[in-house]
Amino acid sequence: MGIAEESSMKTTRFTPSKLNLVLLLLALVAPFVLYPVFLMKVLCFALFACAFNLLLGFAGLLSFGHAVFLGTGGYVTGYLMINTGITPELGILAGTLAAGLVGALYGKLAVRREGIYFAMVTLALAQLAFFFYLQAPFTGGEDGLQGVPRGHLFGFIDLANNLQMYFFVLAIFLFGFWLIQRTVHSPFGQVLKAIRENEPRAISLGYNVNDYKWVAFIISAGLAGLAGSTKTLVFQLASLTDVHWHMSGEVVLMTLVGGMGTLFGPLVGAAAIVTIQNYLSGGELGNYIHIIMGAIFVVCVLAFRNGIVGQFRKVLKQNF
Amino acid sequence: MTQDLILETKNLIKAFKGFTAVDDVNLQIERGSIHALIGPNGAGKTTVFNLLTKYLAPTSGCLLFNGKDITALPSASIARLGIVRSFQISAVFPNLSVLENVRVALQRKEGNSFHFWKHERVLNRLNDKAMQLLDDVGLTGFAHSKTLDLPYGRKRALEIATTLALDPELMLLDEPTQGMGHEDVDVVANLIKRVSAGRTILMVEHNLHVVSKLADRITVLQRGAILTEGDYASVSADPRVREAYLGVSDDEPVAPVVQPAGPHSIDVAAGAGA
Repeated sequence: MGIAEESSMKTTRFTPSKLNLVLLLLALVAPFVLYPVFLMKVLCFALFACAFNLLLGFAGLLSFGHAVFLGTGGYVTGYLMINTGITPELGILAGTLAAGLVGALYGKLAVRREGIYFAMVTLALAQLAFFFYLQAPFTGGEDGLQGVPRGHLFGFIDLANNLQMYFFVLAIFLFGFWLIQRTVHSPFGQVLKAIRENEPRAISLGYNVNDYKWVAFIISAGLAGLAGSTKTLVFQLASLTDVHWHMSGEVVLMTLVGGMGTLFGPLVGAAAIVTIQNYLSGGELGNYIHIIMGAIFVVCVLAFRNGIVGQFRKVLKQNF
Repeated sequence: MTQDLILETKNLIKAFKGFTAVDDVNLQIERGSIHALIGPNGAGKTTVFNLLTKYLAPTSGCLLFNGKDITALPSASIARLGIVRSFQISAVFPNLSVLENVRVALQRKEGNSFHFWKHERVLNRLNDKAMQLLDDVGLTGFAHSKTLDLPYGRKRALEIATTLALDPELMLLDEPTQGMGHEDVDVVANLIKRVSAGRTILMVEHNLHVVSKLADRITVLQRGAILTEGDYASVSADPRVREAYLGVSDDEPVAPVVQPAGPHSIDVAAGAGA
């Protein structure tokens, strides 16, 4: 297929552990320099994009309905936090499981098709869910679920404090990121790569490839749900925006801009897109935001097919 | 007759919208033999392969493996039973290392293929076995190269090593020497001969020189149907085969034709001279 190449940093001068350490330090210092809510937004979208990238970059499956998992996680967590008073970690867990469950159902149907048909099936199913959430009595329709309480983590850490919330979100992100990294570099990940590289051959070796795609789909959906649940707590809001197909498109954009099939690409892509959105929406260019994003997308696809991280690695490889 | 058949097809038919690609084929593959499937371009050889491994579903007829009907099984299950195929174009995983290619085949029987929470280093215990298989096909020195960078002939050797990793009872090789230069052809032919010990091989092959060297039994297909069957001497003496292949009848002299070893070359000199 010629897409995604695995992101092994072995060939560059950075060892993965050193780079990870630097990034971790940055993440720990960042909330004291930048606005924590902005950072949390970046982290949530980064996790969402990383989850999406697991499917696109490492299994070669382009889902065009990933918003449904983000939104499902958000609604379930929001509803439970408002109505049952459970602790936030349980609320997030429930949202993640719900998204995983929807992922299991949708994935089962979608992996039976390939390529553009796979994308279409996921889009159709996501639209189905969108209209369901629009009508369902527990989602608040157009208003969404507002004023979702952040609650007390494990019952005693007050998450209303943005700094404490930030570190909670960071921990969630790190867990999700670690799980994706582990999945990619696991025995399962090896088979997934083989399927992406040459599906008929993988079948001839006796692998039921649809089952592997399905499991990857469920993991991806669950982690997208985790991102959605967390996002709902951060903004204290679950709304239709998160299940709309715009959101499904946005995650494609983030992943492609950052670098599909690389571990850090989606993180960089999400940071870039969220930053641009935040910057523009406040200024005079707010009305042109979609045009500007569209232009960025076009430039990326035409000029840096490997995304920011992919391009960066290429330059690094050529010059050092 | 007490034949020990490993694979049998009964009245196998595959029709594509009015075109019968495979027409009532009854194949009998004897255990432990090297069986070659030959025929002119478009005779339906690859279609038969695709039917045997269920990459295509037959229109009618059935497949028996060790006497059991496997017609309804999906491809992956057939592979699990021990019928492993190769493809006409080299079937490797280009962005995995050569070692990883073999390892991913070995991995299937490990039962950890769904373990996404484990580190891939658990697969390192398969490395010795994988190296041994690479050694068998002369690829030891390439173990850590990216498969993409291998020359074509080596990729085909890797494909055979990967197939052998599954220890198949029946290997189906689809044109294993296609697109190779003369030197590589002999290397691969010898390799096939060597690995045939203790297993059955069914191969589609255009190169009659290879067929004459390897095959115990030959089935000739023409327009989807079996034209004739037998050992090399009897098949190559059959005037219908000569006509199907060369477009000449028996009493016309066959001029020695020199052809470059292209993808579909037929080694006419060897074919006519046996």
